[in-house]
Amino acid sequence: MALEQISRVIDGKRKIVKKPELLAPAGNLEKLKIAVRYGADAVFIGGKDFGLRSNADNFSIEEMAEGVEFAKSFNARIYVTTNIYAHNENMSGLEEYLEGIQGAGVSGIIVADPLIIETCKRVAPKLEVHLSTQQSLSNWKAVQFWKEEGLERVVTARETGHEEVKKMKEKVDIEIEAFIHGAMCISYSGRCTLSNHMTARDSNRGGCCQSCRWNYDLMMDTGNQQQEDQAMFTDDSSPFAMSPKDLNLIMSIPKMCDIGIDSLKIEGRMKSIHYIATVVGVYRKVIDAYCDDPDHFQINPKWVEELAKCANRDTASAFYEGTPSYKEQMYGEDNQSRKTNYVFSGLVLDFDIETNIATIQQRNYFKPGDTIEFFGPESEGFSQVVDTIWDEKGNKMEAARHPLQIIKIKVEQPVYPYNMMRKNKGKEHQTS
Amino acid sequence: MMKPELLVTPTSVNDISVLADAGADAFLVGEEFFGLRLAGEFNRNDVKKAIEIAHQKGKKVYVAMNAIFHNDKVDFLADYIDFVNRVGADAIVFGDPAVLMTAREVAPDIKLHWNTETTATNWYTCNYWGRKGASRAVLARELNLDSVVEIKDHAEVEIEVQVHGMTCMFQSKRMLLGNYYRYQGTTMEIQRQGQEENLYLYDQERDNSYPVFEDENGTHIMSPNDICMIDELDELVEAGIESIKIDGILKSSQYLQVVTKAYRKAIDALVEDEDTYFDIREELYQSVADIQPKNRPLDTGFFFKETVY
Ligand code: SF4
Repeated sequence: MALEQISRVIDGKRKIVKKPELLAPAGNLEKLKIAVRYGADAVFIGGKDFGLRSNADNFSIEEMAEGVEFAKSFNARIYVTTNIYAHNENMSGLEEYLEGIQGAGVSGIIVADPLIIETCKRVAPKLEVHLSTQQSLSNWKAVQFWKEEGLERVVTARETGHEEVKKMKEKVDIEIEAFIHGAMCISYSGRCTLSNHMTARDSNRGGCCQSCRWNYDLMMDTGNQQQEDQAMFTDDSSPFAMSPKDLNLIMSIPKMCDIGIDSLKIEGRMKSIHYIATVVGVYRKVIDAYCDDPDHFQINPKWVEELAKCANRDTASAFYEGTPSYKEQMYGEDNQSRKTNYVFSGLVLDFDIETNIATIQQRNYFKPGDTIEFFGPESEGFSQVVDTIWDEKGNKMEAARHPLQIIKIKVEQPVYPYNMMRKNKGKEHQTS
Repeated sequence: MMKPELLVTPTSVNDISVLADAGADAFLVGEEFFGLRLAGEFNRNDVKKAIEIAHQKGKKVYVAMNAIFHNDKVDFLADYIDFVNRVGADAIVFGDPAVLMTAREVAPDIKLHWNTETTATNWYTCNYWGRKGASRAVLARELNLDSVVEIKDHAEVEIEVQVHGMTCMFQSKRMLLGNYYRYQGTTMEIQRQGQEENLYLYDQERDNSYPVFEDENGTHIMSPNDICMIDELDELVEAGIESIKIDGILKSSQYLQVVTKAYRKAIDALVEDEDTYFDIREELYQSVADIQPKNRPLDTGFFFKETVY
């Protein structure tokens, strides 16, 4: 793609005119709406069939239609993942399913199996077809192949680096979608059957049980029947593990925008609304700030910190910035999910500008004296200490104990519906 | 009944003649730069020799180009395909569409076998690659026997199925062994050549050992058991599967000879007279079981196993 199509000088200031789409995951309608409100340009969801993540909550056709309607009012698009590698027995019902998705007004599907690609072109031609990362697409010539097959977009393999994607973009006129954030396979996607072997669950149909994250002993067979096999680790080192740190490309967003990547994708259909709001919110700000003034752009350290507040693992840039070393993996204790200090504790329903009282739906325990912070698309966010908590009828409460209970507190700055409140556990008020 | 081709992956050029005599009909060879998880490394000269020897004996040779290619290797595809074509290989085995695209340009007449291993799971998709130019599809090993037969029933391309040996469960582009050594402080650098072949991951919970190795395509983790279908070949052969494969990866040449001979006998007996096959199959199975390396139990892969999801 020609560089002048990506950026242009407007009123003496260079701007990125070809802004990439920010694509967010959603496991249900509530998450979809949050993703859109927090600035996603598009949301990908799973249907009841033909998608990986068979245990994520998935959308019925009616829910898809509702999601599409909602997204439309924000000018956002919906894609449905149908990225299994189908077995013979999965072939029936596919046509009706794709027709249903098209009928729901969805913009496109994300596909790996040519069976689904061709069936979609035949029965649901209004749907765009995007090639899933499950195809582990790693070179421009393969991109060319899928372009000639009539696909609108391809998702690159997570193993591709910046220069590689740049070349794909230069060589082939097709939309490219790349992951920027979230958990990922340590194998080439679509090329791992650990779960099939270890637990008889088919990973390429959504049954993966993350066997890669278990611990193993690395041993060497000495080739001598008399001699015992040799352990390739010492007593004080951690066992062999294959856990990658989660992807985080916040620092690479500028160069991704510069080469005209069409869609920047966040992983995590199983993740909470707090996660989605945080991650989408941050990347929205990064993309907007960079595209508005690429020549004076600087990463705000607050954005980086913000991402860490919803992370349950350490993060790294994986292959996008070079070949990952052991430092981009986790061994031993680090291999366990680590909770951040922050807990999602409330969703703002309403705010009274006269009294500065916010009405909040409780999502996790908090009490007076706790340090909390609010964030949302409208502001940079702020932090304060919880003062009095009232219930809906105005009775004072010792603590907000009950999930989904409606409570009220005084806030120090204006908040907006769908803003979120999180508590800093490190600054919990000790009562005793 | 049609006799399926018996395809073997040899460990070196020297294997070609002996394995041909042991009863192999075809060989899969290649080099790590282009092919995945080969039983032996065949440079261009070796490929050429292998083809000469095999063709003299009326056997076929396929060349592996089924790696996942990144941009940097795309430029090498045309030259290699041209070479493979010139030396008279009987087919190229590919997974990445870049190979298919390049073959169309460089050697439009060469036969192509589609083999991505894990993703050939339904007949429609096999036929899809057939329409794109493949003459054969190599099925995923995670399929059960009924699915294999059903695919064959609907296939417009030849179908190849692995019936013996180790299978790959996992490929990462990351250097997971090297990373682990470096994480531990490099004290365990392995230098002696060949030693890497003996590494495995031990899974305490399942008491399984998974061979693991690293090469320029990344890290590969292999199945804990060897498939052995020598006593269960009847349905596959009756269904008309065109090619059955013995994978020789991480096996010795002597082992491959014995196993190839046993399968040869099994196929011949089966096609000649099923009852003879049923009479000798246990014996044949035993002859293979007797030479199994330690840590390598035999099983039937996914042929009789259901997976859920
Ligand atoms: S086991 Fe790990 S690498 Fe394999 S499919 Fe599952 S998450 Fe991916």
